[in-house]
Amino acid sequence: MSEDAKRHLPLWRRDFPIRWDEDHYVTRRQLAKFLTLGSAILVGANVAMVAAGRKHTAESYPPQRICAADALGPGESLLFRYPTAQDPCILVRTKAGALVAFSQVCTHLSCAVVYRKSDDRLFCPCHEGVFACHEGTAGAEPLEGPPERPLPRITLDVRQGNVFATGVAL
Amino acid sequence: MSELAFFIDYSRCIGCRACVQACEECDTHRGQSMIHLETIERRDTVQTAPQMCMHCEDPVCARVCPADAIKQTPDGVTQSSLKPRCIGCANCVMACPFGVPKYEASIDQMMKCDYCFDRTSIGKKPMCATVCPSQALTFTTREEIERTRRGRPINEWRFGNEVVRTKVFVLVPPATTQVDVGLGDLVQIRAGKKASHVRPVAKDDVAALLEDLP
Repeated sequence: MSEDAKRHLPLWRRDFPIRWDEDHYVTRRQLAKFLTLGSAILVGANVAMVAAGRKHTAESYPPQRICAADALGPGESLLFRYPTAQDPCILVRTKAGALVAFSQVCTHLSCAVVYRKSDDRLFCPCHEGVFACHEGTAGAEPLEGPPERPLPRITLDVRQGNVFATGVAL
Repeated sequence: MSELAFFIDYSRCIGCRACVQACEECDTHRGQSMIHLETIERRDTVQTAPQMCMHCEDPVCARVCPADAIKQTPDGVTQSSLKPRCIGCANCVMACPFGVPKYEASIDQMMKCDYCFDRTSIGKKPMCATVCPSQALTFTTREEIERTRRGRPINEWRFGNEVVRTKVFVLVPPATTQVDVGLGDLVQIRAGKKASHVRPVAKDDVAALLEDLP
C-alpha cells in the first residue's frame, strides 16, 4: 500500500495493518540490542562522570585573608567564606594546636557543619553526621552518620601573622 | 515467463474429491480439508465446484477480524488465523463472499486454506493442484493456460456494488471480463421482498431438500 493511501486509513488500522511487511513487530533481537546499547550508554555515562570528578582534585583561587594567626585558641573555630561569598567555610584550631579549614557544606545534604569542641570533630546537626578534623590529605573524612565523602579542604598559608586561604582541595 | 499462479476451471471438475483428500494430508491440519467441494444445483446436475481460498487483494476476512489474527503476506497470500490471536468470533466466516473460512469448534478457531504456503513459497504446487486428475485446479503460468485452454482467466468479481480482485484466477467464457455474482437479484434489501429464485420445496422432494445440505 502506498504512503498516500495509508494516510486515509484510520489510525487503528495503521497500527494493526493486514499485511505482514507493514507490521512493525519489535523483534527479540531489537529488544536485546536496545537493552545492550542502553546499558552500555549508562555504564559509559557513569565512567565519564567519575572521570570528570577525578579530574578536579585541587583548585587554586586568589589568596584571601581570613584572620590573624593568633585569633583562635585551641578548640575554637571561625566561619569565613572562600573562594566566593556563596561558599561557607570553617577555620578550626584543633586541640592539638593545628590550624585547619574545611568547607562547611556537609557532603550528605548540604547542611552547615559546626566544630564540636567536646570530641574535637566536625558535627552536622541535620542528620548527626560526624567528620574528623585534623591535618593531612584525608582531612575531614566521614566517621559517623550518613555522609560518604570527606569535606573539601581549604588550603591555608600563614604569612606575617595572618592566615590566608589559598585554594580548595577536594 | 510470468510467475506461477492458481487457476480454477469449474467446468473441468469431475467431483472426484481428490483435492479434498490431498488437502487433508497436510500435517498442519491433518484430517481437516481446507478446500470445499460444493455441489451446484443438486436437483438438476451433478456438477461440483472446488472452492479454495481466492486470496483477495484486499481480504475482507482480515478487514473484519477484531483480533488482528488474519495476515496477508507480501506476495498476496492471506494466511489462516494466527493461533494465539484468533478468538473464534466467526466474523470472517460471515464476511467472506466465497464462504471459505470455517469455524472449527473443536479448537475454537477459524481455519482456512493458506495456499499451501509452505509449498508455494518455495515454488512447489499446492496439494490440491498437484493431485487434480482433470486439472480443474491448476498451478501454472498464464502463458501455459492461454496455450492449452479455451477459457479466459479472470480474477475480478462483482458482488452487488462491491468489486473484489483475487490472487486466484477462474476460467470463464472468453467474452466475460468479470464474474458478476449478481447479488442485486439475490438480496433485495430495499425492496424487502423475497428473492425470486427461491422455489417452494415440497416435503417429499428429497432432491430439493438435499440442496440445503452443506
